[in-house]
Amino acid sequence: MTALLTVSQLNKSYGGVRATDDLNLEVMTGELHAVIGPNGAGKTTLISQLSGNVFPDSGTISFDGIDITHMVEHARPHLGIARTYQITSLINSMSVIENLQLAIQAKQGHSFKFWKPYADNKDVRTAAHEYAARVDLGSRAEMQVANLSHGEQRRLEVAMALASDARLLLLDEPLAGLGPEEASDMISLLETLKGQQTIVLIEHDMDAVFTLADRISVMVYGHIIATGDPYHIRQNQDVQHAYLGED
Amino acid sequence: MDYTLFVIQLLNGLQLGILLFLVASGLTLVFGILDFVNLAHGSVYMLGAFICASLTFALGNFVYALLISLPIVAVIGYGFERLIARPLYERDHLDHVLGTFGAILVIDTLAHMIWGPAGIAIPLPAALDGQTQLAPDIIVPTFRLAIITAGLIAAAGLYWLVNHTRTGMLIRAGASNRTMVTALGVDIQALFSFVFAIGAALAGLAGMLIAPITEASLGMGNNIIITAFVVIIVGGIGSMKGAFLAALLIGMIDTLGRAFLDDIFKLFMSSSAAENSAPAISSMSIYLIMASILFFRPQGLFPPKLR
Amino acid sequence: MQKKVFVQGLILAAVLIVPLLLNYMGHPFYLDLATRLCILAIAAVGLNLILGYGGMISFGHAAYLGLGAYAVGIPAHHWLYGGMDAIATTNGFVQFGLALLVSGIFALLTGLVCLKVKGVYFIMITMAFAQMVYYLFISIAEYGGDDGLVIDTRSEFPLVNFDDATQLFTICAVSLFFVMWLVWRISKSQFGMVLAGIKGNEQRMIAMGYNTFAYKLAAYVISGMICGFSGALLGNFTTFISPEMIDWARSGELMFMVILGGVATTFGPLLGAITFIILEEVLSTITIYWHLPFGLLLIGVVMFVKGGLSALIPKAGDKE
Repeated sequence: MTALLTVSQLNKSYGGVRATDDLNLEVMTGELHAVIGPNGAGKTTLISQLSGNVFPDSGTISFDGIDITHMVEHARPHLGIARTYQITSLINSMSVIENLQLAIQAKQGHSFKFWKPYADNKDVRTAAHEYAARVDLGSRAEMQVANLSHGEQRRLEVAMALASDARLLLLDEPLAGLGPEEASDMISLLETLKGQQTIVLIEHDMDAVFTLADRISVMVYGHIIATGDPYHIRQNQDVQHAYLGED
Repeated sequence: MDYTLFVIQLLNGLQLGILLFLVASGLTLVFGILDFVNLAHGSVYMLGAFICASLTFALGNFVYALLISLPIVAVIGYGFERLIARPLYERDHLDHVLGTFGAILVIDTLAHMIWGPAGIAIPLPAALDGQTQLAPDIIVPTFRLAIITAGLIAAAGLYWLVNHTRTGMLIRAGASNRTMVTALGVDIQALFSFVFAIGAALAGLAGMLIAPITEASLGMGNNIIITAFVVIIVGGIGSMKGAFLAALLIGMIDTLGRAFLDDIFKLFMSSSAAENSAPAISSMSIYLIMASILFFRPQGLFPPKLR
Repeated sequence: MQKKVFVQGLILAAVLIVPLLLNYMGHPFYLDLATRLCILAIAAVGLNLILGYGGMISFGHAAYLGLGAYAVGIPAHHWLYGGMDAIATTNGFVQFGLALLVSGIFALLTGLVCLKVKGVYFIMITMAFAQMVYYLFISIAEYGGDDGLVIDTRSEFPLVNFDDATQLFTICAVSLFFVMWLVWRISKSQFGMVLAGIKGNEQRMIAMGYNTFAYKLAAYVISGMICGFSGALLGNFTTFISPEMIDWARSGELMFMVILGGVATTFGPLLGAITFIILEEVLSTITIYWHLPFGLLLIGVVMFVKGGLSALIPKAGDKE
């Protein structure tokens, strides 16, 4: 197995706070790699640096052998990196299908097409419907995103990342705010993705993480303190300390 | 280029910069603390000039008129906050802009109805009307020195208020965390009204100070407001220090550009070409400066600390 | 739907036919009013592309009207009085081409700066750039400075005569319909969808891989060019160009038209322009202080239309 994503010596500070502290991470092609850690460990900051929304103070990020540390955010999806947001971030004024269409079209060259009505773009529409169906939003296809339930929005969040046909998915707490039933739907969805795509999963739901992950990295105060398969992480003393305190 | 003229123009630039600061400080205070865009701020500047003009004729003395006009414009600012601004705080900036644009039309038209279409010149008392000799070959109008002094006193007073009083502490706290200040049991609404009144008094003061030189006139507020915008954009919106330094910078560039750009151009182009292009370039100079600063620092030169 | 298309057709027909009819019946005043209406509506349609569809609140679009008008006036001025042989002409194609070119370039250059910032900064900077153009023309003595420039000769085109009020009106009305159709097409295109996406959630669009800056810049340039075109017509209509055209109150009025009529709609800017022209006409016959009731009305609309005028803004995805 080769590493698709390699993060080395990454640092990022906000004022005096080191959100990312000398962080090293290797994500293998095809694995589902979960990153867990207590609140405030800097997990979202890590995702933001991987997706290019925030630039690190030092260190390197390389994706498939290319140094992307300083690559602008909008260029990274074209290499095959897609992210979702912990706090749902969709285009609320548009329908489910229109959101997915935009995600699909983002990868199809430029959109400086001023003339042809986008509604005529049958292939993209068909593909958008397929993605909607895949996350069980087929019946909601024409509905405005603002009118979807929270669970449906979370699923669309994931579908948007899928629609961009990425090689690396950065999923930032896809289960955030979901009820038990919706959560188990989402877990089944993520299970279907496992092995298909390389995934970095940030999640607080430990059941989900230990069910889904091939490997787990534990992050505390901006630093990865342990990486390993679920069994070893469960046994790791440091991890137990981090989560349960000294006793 | 002659030395005397240069010093005089430098003083003129300083004077413009200080007046700009008086207008911009209110804008940036209100924006920084209340997140409110007030296009009508320039109208208070104009009202200050007109009210002071009327009072000068009524009382026969410019200085007394100015001292009485100050609380009047502060009250106007207070009323403006209650009537126009407060209902719009929760709205987005587009509503602020349109609402205060409407307010400008109303205020300007009222001023037109009250004071008529022509400008009003304000006579100065003898003590301020003469010339002062600063150095052997530098003689400047006394009133310009008075403007600079008065402006600096007001700026210092504002600095003291914001940085060394309890109210100022609340203002600064309100700028960074509105909820916290409310939680402390402070009447935030009263604080906001106070901030508006202070801002209005400062802008009004600028209008009163300039009026004896330029006359009180109808369009004056609308011209200065955009320059004041340039100042706070360059300085970094919400930053008092940024507003002060940017105001001086803009005041200097504008004044010196108008005075000397043709001489500078003559160094490398024909004299007629210089005379034709210099006014055009100098009229655009502050905007070009703004554009080039923004291109490299979109947040302005001295952005306030992150909230 | 049928009914809506019918109403829209009726509006367009009325805009075109009523003024011609009134003119025929001996009221040329209304033809003038309608010509001005069409020209302002074109500018409002142009502004709507970025304000409505793109969510970029420009308070400086009067600058493009001014640039367009001077692009007609300056060549005509030199053609009459000599100098600047390269552009001295009354040829309408050259003048209008120049108007589009200059406004496009100005939009491109200023867009590079102001699109780097958002919100209030954007509003203020567009204002400042417009003011820059205003002061520029004031400072150029050759073109009349403060006093403005009288164009003694209108743009010359084959087949049509701009000196004929009826023909000029017809050209303006047809241009308006064309520009409305153009912006409608753009709004329905893939580009338009991207623009709507940026308005809805720019951060997400970037994360999806869109270079949002480039798309916004393109929209900004197109919008500026439409307003420049409107300015070229305005110069021909008034035959008198002054920096007053660029005054920021003019920019505010344009915004008012777009927002009152309904942003991000095809007919909104036209309806807004009609409302504005009628208000201005009616109020200014009652009193010379017509800005007073107009300002009060503006404040009233902002305060009391629930959620402010922005609430009237239909969401980007809403179909008309």
